[in-house]
Amino acid sequence: MENTVVEGVAKRLGDHVNTDVIIPATYLVSTDYCELGKHFLEGLDETSRSKFKPGDIVVAGKNFGSGSSREHAALAIKGAGISCVIASSFARIFFRNAINVGLPICESPVAVKSIMEGDSLRIDLSRGTIENITGNVSFPIPPYPDFLLGIIDAGGLINLLLEQK
Amino acid sequence: MSGSRVILREKAGRKSIKPGDFIEVPVDLVLANDVTAPLAIEEFGKLNMGVFNKEKIVLVLDHFTPNRDVASAEQCLFVREFANENEISHFYDGGNAGIEHVLLPEEGLISPGMIVVGGDSHTCTYGALGAFSTGMGSTDIAALMATGKTWFRVPEAINVVVNGKFRKWVGGKDLILYLIGKIGVDGATYYSLEFTGNGIENIDVEARLTIANMVVEAGAKNGLFPVDKKTIAYLSQLGVDSGEIAVEADEYGYSGVIELDISNLTPMVALPSLPSNVISVEEAPRVKLDQVVIGSCTNGRISDLREALEVISGMRVSKGLRLIVIPGSPRVYRQALNEGIIENFLEVGAVISPPTCGPCLGGHMGVLAAGEKALSTTNRNFVGRMGHIESEVYLCNPAVAAASALTGTITDPAEII
Ligand code: SF4
Repeated sequence: MENTVVEGVAKRLGDHVNTDVIIPATYLVSTDYCELGKHFLEGLDETSRSKFKPGDIVVAGKNFGSGSSREHAALAIKGAGISCVIASSFARIFFRNAINVGLPICESPVAVKSIMEGDSLRIDLSRGTIENITGNVSFPIPPYPDFLLGIIDAGGLINLLLEQK
Repeated sequence: MSGSRVILREKAGRKSIKPGDFIEVPVDLVLANDVTAPLAIEEFGKLNMGVFNKEKIVLVLDHFTPNRDVASAEQCLFVREFANENEISHFYDGGNAGIEHVLLPEEGLISPGMIVVGGDSHTCTYGALGAFSTGMGSTDIAALMATGKTWFRVPEAINVVVNGKFRKWVGGKDLILYLIGKIGVDGATYYSLEFTGNGIENIDVEARLTIANMVVEAGAKNGLFPVDKKTIAYLSQLGVDSGEIAVEADEYGYSGVIELDISNLTPMVALPSLPSNVISVEEAPRVKLDQVVIGSCTNGRISDLREALEVISGMRVSKGLRLIVIPGSPRVYRQALNEGIIENFLEVGAVISPPTCGPCLGGHMGVLAAGEKALSTTNRNFVGRMGHIESEVYLCNPAVAAASALTGTITDPAEII
């Protein structure tokens, strides 16, 4: 994986943050992630979305990325410069999309429970830890199955297929 | 016994598979639309490979068509050029296009036991016809267009045992809304939702399509119905052979069972802004509605239009309310014309839209302003789904939508006739 260690400030979101909220459908006429990133969370209320800065880490509740299959949601998150998404759980299509486009994501209900808004986090994807620097506590990330690690290590599904050609 | 796993096991060519296994399977049909195909085609281009099978790729321009603006026109042009260059047999554009999940079954493209993967979350619709079908994102679709294969994590399954018979004005939409209300929007995440029970034979195939369509609103990977006399009759009228149906069990059983007696079900309404905020129509707040939409891949079929018209025929839409009726495909449109349904809706004061996703995703043809409220037969009522983030969407069946268009507020059809 390109960035095995990610550091950033935690910005919290609630449960069921769906892909319509992450990137409203009206912007789906672009495939450019920088363009999509400009509209990241535009479907959410103004105060929640204006708090995000490049490098931040999204810390969300359960069922993150539910709804539409639009991969534009994972791209918009990347385009906004978000370095990682931690959630209690992910919707399945979003999970695949994030892996496929190389957006670091980790599932950890315990970490989500303890992380506070504004905490400094360090996530080591190869060691499998979420470290809350502010709270001085670490959480293990359940390891990805080998099958998915293959895709992640290659840098996404397309790269894996290119390697296999 | 999980039928979904039986299909996956057969296609994977394995003696046995168990929940949690990662398997690679060949896919029978790969679908994408004007939102997901452009990104998929870009990723596909990086692979420098040809398409795996031009007969097994389906491209439908349905979301922002007829094109809303220059950007959407260019996206469609990009897909059109790809379809032409690669001689994609099932390319639906212009007067041949309809809402993909209404269109594909009608075109005879779906048969039991198939694996269908679409770049659209509502690809799960085809489980109504006994196919294993599910949504994925554009990169997965790109890989599929090149290789014809994808990976799955073999799902656990939840069995929904349906008994009884719907009362008048209650249908598939109410069943699935009730179920989502009961288990929540992530109640079936990563699971197959498999419908069985004596009540299934009382549910028409179009209503099954409505039910399977919304299993993703409970987070499910796919939904599955048994193939019975109704399925076989429905498919044979479309010229589709149902083939041999695998009935053999797998040994892992169901992870959960939900019993549902549909005889007591009433029309349901999902309040903003989650499809699980479900209450019975009698308890629904009497909000003033600005728009009612009858259409979409959930309820844009001929039976839905007939049901709505039965409530509303000969009457007049409430003053100040916009009723938008969207036949889901050219075939539905033509049938509605032949039956006089279109004429009747015009008399009632409805706007008739061409087959398109349009307002369902806040794309065009009925976008909401700040503060506006819509009641809709579509499948999602998320914040801003149909337009401004301060607009609201309520979900219901076609009969409730029609009754409410008459009164201007959420209304039980039983109050009208
Ligand atoms: S009608 Fe709505 S839910 Fe169905 S495919 Fe179109 S946008 Fe998606």
